[in-house]
Amino acid sequence: MSDPSYPEDLLYHPEHDWARVDGDQATFGITWFAQDSLGEVVFFDPPKVGTTVTKDAAYTEIESVKAVSDVISPLSGEIVDVNDALGDSPETINEDPYGAGWLVKVKLSDPSEQEALLDSAAYAATLS
Amino acid sequence: MSRYTPASESDRGEMLRAIGVKSIDALFADIPAHLRLAGPLELDAGKSELEVFEELKALAARNTSAEDELSFLGAGMYDHYVPALVDSIVSRSEFLTPYTPYQPEVSQGGLQAMFEYQTAICELTGLPISNASVYEGPSAVAAAGYVAKLANSSPPTRARFVVSRGVHPHSREALATLAHGWGMEVVEAPLHDGITELPALDDQVSAVIVQQPNFLGAVEDLEALAGAAHAAGALCIAACDPLPLSVLRAPGECGVDVAVGEGQTLGNRLDFGGPSFGFFAATEALIRRVPGRIAGETVDVEGKRGFVLTLQTREQHIRREKATSNICTAQALNALAGVIYLSWLGRHGIVELTELMLQRTAYARERLGAIDGVHLLHDQPVVREFAITLDAPVPAVIERCAAQGVNPGYALHRDYPEHENGLLVAITEKRTRADIDRLAETLKGAVAAERSQDAHHVGVH
Repeated sequence: MSDPSYPEDLLYHPEHDWARVDGDQATFGITWFAQDSLGEVVFFDPPKVGTTVTKDAAYTEIESVKAVSDVISPLSGEIVDVNDALGDSPETINEDPYGAGWLVKVKLSDPSEQEALLDSAAYAATLS
Repeated sequence: MSRYTPASESDRGEMLRAIGVKSIDALFADIPAHLRLAGPLELDAGKSELEVFEELKALAARNTSAEDELSFLGAGMYDHYVPALVDSIVSRSEFLTPYTPYQPEVSQGGLQAMFEYQTAICELTGLPISNASVYEGPSAVAAAGYVAKLANSSPPTRARFVVSRGVHPHSREALATLAHGWGMEVVEAPLHDGITELPALDDQVSAVIVQQPNFLGAVEDLEALAGAAHAAGALCIAACDPLPLSVLRAPGECGVDVAVGEGQTLGNRLDFGGPSFGFFAATEALIRRVPGRIAGETVDVEGKRGFVLTLQTREQHIRREKATSNICTAQALNALAGVIYLSWLGRHGIVELTELMLQRTAYARERLGAIDGVHLLHDQPVVREFAITLDAPVPAVIERCAAQGVNPGYALHRDYPEHENGLLVAITEKRTRADIDRLAETLKGAVAAERSQDAHHVGVH
């Protein structure tokens, strides 16, 4: 991904994570800004299905050639699916952070938490 | 004023005025008066350099070095011959003087040495991954425990280590000390007839930790132990003596997940207990949990063979404040001695050396076991060390032998109160058949003397 983009159908956490909410389930990933700051991602430590995640707390780690960084959960719930394909090709997180580079799917425990998240424009404004 | 004090009286006065404090004593006002030193320490006046030298020389003369007696002391550190080749190479300033040989600007020669070291450790352990070494054996065991903790960080969290009583006491202590901080419980598995008897394992066990051969010299059935660990979903960690690995089945082939150990016997002398190095090998599944660094082979832009630091996933320059491993001092020099020693021995030499130890150990075990008042502590197969029990107080027997220039071994009661009369006897290639005969005669005399003295004490003839 060469150009910054922040799709309007996603919700954003100020720690550079996105959530695509569909009813009581959501998909999580990291934003274009996050992957660009990290540089080439070399490892994604997949959390186990069934693990509880808490909004604003770290739920996994991503390692790039520069550093290891915590990934912050934008919403609370229980992990129901993990993107296992990232095990062999973690660079997908750089190449397609909003598509094939998704990290986990979560069954939300409190969908109302999404009211605290930012929309595309508000998140983009935090970056300038 | 002492010449070692960099600030003068006026410097100090100026600093105190700048921070608004009347005196240096006032800086210590928060420490209750009764805890503060009221006067100077009661120390002798300073001595001249010559006097200090003489005093230290007299103190050093009270040591008995392994060169001064016929030593059968082992218990984790062993008196092997270190060829001059090792000193000749490790003394090269390129290896000897770097402050920390793991910096990003590490030399190609340093990296190549690490790579070759790792290759040797992988071959010895039968595991695909080796790091560039850690500090010593006991901390390697504890570090392996942490790898098991990391591998089990998702539920079930498995907050328990099961550690064989046959693991070196220092390793068990190091693990217990660190496990406390990790919120992990350490449970000991007892030894039965010299080998580990595992308790029932449940889904709270993170790792089963054993030693090969164990502290009493016995060869453990690693395959069965690893199988039991895996059946409970736990990892199997084996602390191994590296030379015996040349004749025993490799831990990797037995299903061991992490093989670690003390590297002293590979080209490092006893040196009063250190420094040495520890080795650390693991399965590929654990590669990102391994502490320290892993050097790798690659090609440069011109296609020429070269070496790089491939992985250091837990170190500070990758993880910053979240680092959980810090292996960075010149213990790489001791590991270098290890790979030089292994290269010197070669594939066949290491087997020959260990077979020599096997034969001499078998001879010594037979000779000592035949002495009146001496019994074998267990009948398990051994490689380089074995345990006996004496019908006499061990410390007194050791004293009697020492008076004749023989150190018969390690008094087991120091770490194993259940073996009050136990003695651990180690053999290296430096102990000849004649040396073993001398040990047998000396021990026989010492045991007989103690028994007759004991008989006199109770008034029996």
